[in-house]
Amino acid sequence: MKKFKKIIALTLVLIMSLSLVACGNDTNEVATPPDGSSDTSTDPTPDTIAEEGKVLNIWGWNDEFKGLYERYFEGAGKLPDGIEVKFTIVPNDDNAYQNALDEALLNQKSASDDEKIDLFLVEADYALKYVDSDYTLDIINDVGLTEEDISGQYKYTQEIVTDSKGAIKGTSWQATPGLFAYRRSIAKDVLGTDDPVEVQEALSTWDKFYDVAGNAHGKGYKMLSGYDDSYRTFSNNTSSPWIDNDGSIIIDNNIINWIEQTKEFTDKGYNNKSSLWDDQWAADQGSEGKVFGFFYSTWGINFTLLGNAVDTPLPDGVTATGDPEAFEAATTGNGVFGEYGVVEGPQNYYWGGSWLCAATESDNLDLVQEIMRTMTCDADTLTTITKDTQDFTNNIDAMEALSKDDNFASAFLGGQNHISLFAESAKGIDMSNISPYDQGLNEDMQTSFRDYFNGTVDYDTALDNFYRAAIEKYPDLKRPK
Amino acid sequence: MKTSKKSKSISYAKWGYIFLIPFFTIYIIFSLIPLVSTFYNSFFENYMSGLKQIGPNFVGLENYKTILFDTELPKYAYNTLLIWILGFIPQIIVSMVLALWFTSVRLKLKFTGFFKTVIYMPNLIMAAAFSMLFWTLFSDIGPVNNLLVAMGYEPISFFQNINATRGLVGLMNFLMWFGNTTILLMAGVMGIDSSILEAAQIDGASSWKTFWNVTIPSIKPILVYVFLTSLIGGVQMFDVPQILTNGSGGPDRTSMTMIMYLNKHLFSKNYGLAGALSVILFLITAIISFIIYKNLTEKGPKEKIDSNKKISVKGGGK
Repeated sequence: MKKFKKIIALTLVLIMSLSLVACGNDTNEVATPPDGSSDTSTDPTPDTIAEEGKVLNIWGWNDEFKGLYERYFEGAGKLPDGIEVKFTIVPNDDNAYQNALDEALLNQKSASDDEKIDLFLVEADYALKYVDSDYTLDIINDVGLTEEDISGQYKYTQEIVTDSKGAIKGTSWQATPGLFAYRRSIAKDVLGTDDPVEVQEALSTWDKFYDVAGNAHGKGYKMLSGYDDSYRTFSNNTSSPWIDNDGSIIIDNNIINWIEQTKEFTDKGYNNKSSLWDDQWAADQGSEGKVFGFFYSTWGINFTLLGNAVDTPLPDGVTATGDPEAFEAATTGNGVFGEYGVVEGPQNYYWGGSWLCAATESDNLDLVQEIMRTMTCDADTLTTITKDTQDFTNNIDAMEALSKDDNFASAFLGGQNHISLFAESAKGIDMSNISPYDQGLNEDMQTSFRDYFNGTVDYDTALDNFYRAAIEKYPDLKRPK
Repeated sequence: MKTSKKSKSISYAKWGYIFLIPFFTIYIIFSLIPLVSTFYNSFFENYMSGLKQIGPNFVGLENYKTILFDTELPKYAYNTLLIWILGFIPQIIVSMVLALWFTSVRLKLKFTGFFKTVIYMPNLIMAAAFSMLFWTLFSDIGPVNNLLVAMGYEPISFFQNINATRGLVGLMNFLMWFGNTTILLMAGVMGIDSSILEAAQIDGASSWKTFWNVTIPSIKPILVYVFLTSLIGGVQMFDVPQILTNGSGGPDRTSMTMIMYLNKHLFSKNYGLAGALSVILFLITAIISFIIYKNLTEKGPKEKIDSNKKISVKGGGK
């Protein structure tokens, strides 16, 4: 009897824990060990080992850069023997990445050489926080890139990481203009066409966008998935930063426009009441989705939207350029692959982007310099990345060339050359209104006003909750007078 | 002879103190020092703005003023209490019934050991994991909503509804703790002298009357203990609502508990405000603990004697 009890108890515990394991499909990991990068050869090249630390620590919030690095730097055989590359990945939500990074940077001086952060990634939303500190190095004067190296990059990607003294403190492999990705079948049903030129004509202003939303709703579709979908088209086109000079929060008119539009869309049933990154939002992008389109920038289309659109994830390392047959086999009939098209949409905007920063006290500066040069300045590497991943990379000439290349097309976007749209849109990006607080304030804005859109609270309460959350997160900020 | 015995007992006492050293060392390092430093920190303005440290500047009672008058602390206290009650009421009722069934001589339930294991099991899962499970189950496109749609109902956005969110937290606390409470109450019920129960039955008391007039007064100390420990646990409620609402305490901060609010300050490393809030929470918990202590050390034995007296008087009267 006792034995029987024990067996039953054990089985129940197992079943419960199994169901829990099955529920979590989070791809983020903390402290990801490098896959096969610990290539410690018995005969290391002496001159690199003499000055360089043996461990290169890279910090990031997802494995996007890790994948690129492994393929285009390590995969290209550029990693010197005897150096181990260690990625530390902390998810971005609720400032978790920044808090972990801050702690590590504050301990940077006392950390042992192998523990010191050498390279870390930052997003546009909080780049200034690190750029305007002593924890990042000037990529020209300290790291050793030349003006010529970075001359091919989009200017705005440099402006965003330029500190108050004019030093450039970071460099990026991508530029992130935003577009509107639409479902071709739904566009055909609603507008009678799925041709990008005609769709763009129908969506070129917010008024027209609004009319199309009404028509789509009439046919049983939703124009947008959720509340935050159009957020960046407003928030990254504001006329002032989030914060004024004495630390008061400013709610820009464009943010108010977003609130008004979203409230109206919600009340009229034009959206599906989802929030960015939630399950509903992801499902809306897949085969079951009934949503007209999504505002997405470069990385979003080829990294996130593609991932959500397919029923079975594409196998690792299979690209249209690398192995066309395997790529076609993996994508044909897989979810709604090839079902999306892109247009500029009603407003020019940008969203996100990742920058590489060299950390002060790094003991691998030569290698950091080499990684930065290869991954963010080398036109050939960047062209290859774009061809392989369809991502929009940070080299004006290369992107212009691809945008005129008739052979270049995205299979995922039904054969459209999206690079030409991005290249056009990238010219209009203005990043002059960023502040170090953007990430937290954008997040709080979206979370606090969700209750207002749902009808749980009125406008003033939502605004009050926003200020409360913002000041909890940043105690040095104040409510506007 | 006598003196040697005495010295032996003294040396035993010495060993007692030596064996206590590990506890006191750990207590001082991990409890007492943090406690004192919390009090100390609460008088300073001290937080991180980006990578810059602001403070520490001595501000006296400014942090307490901010916490008590400028924040919605009363609202969070109300949330905490309400959610705790939502979990505690079903918990105590179900636990009481189960405890009576399991100990009942008349019912003679089979497999009680098995059931006791099963009802205790939710408590073995990490609260965070349990919360994650519920979050997945009740999400907008989760299994529960799929089921509702399949049965022809409209899907419900549970986490955008104040009552549903609070209710779910209460339900989870109930599921996690009713097994534990059942076992505590069983210990209490089994501690009642069976002759008292038999006497009541012989006197013709119905089982309802026996329950109210014999069982409940006899296990009152245990009931008070369960109530107050659960209340302390309730004041410290954190992981379940935190995970379930993704830290937002939504909708409209109506499921934000006091510790979740504390956690918000720790995120910006705001040691001053967080310290002041911790001190306030410490005082609340200390008061509750004091009541338990009073209750267990003084009222406990007295109560037993009282109930014995009543019974004996009753018995004598007939």
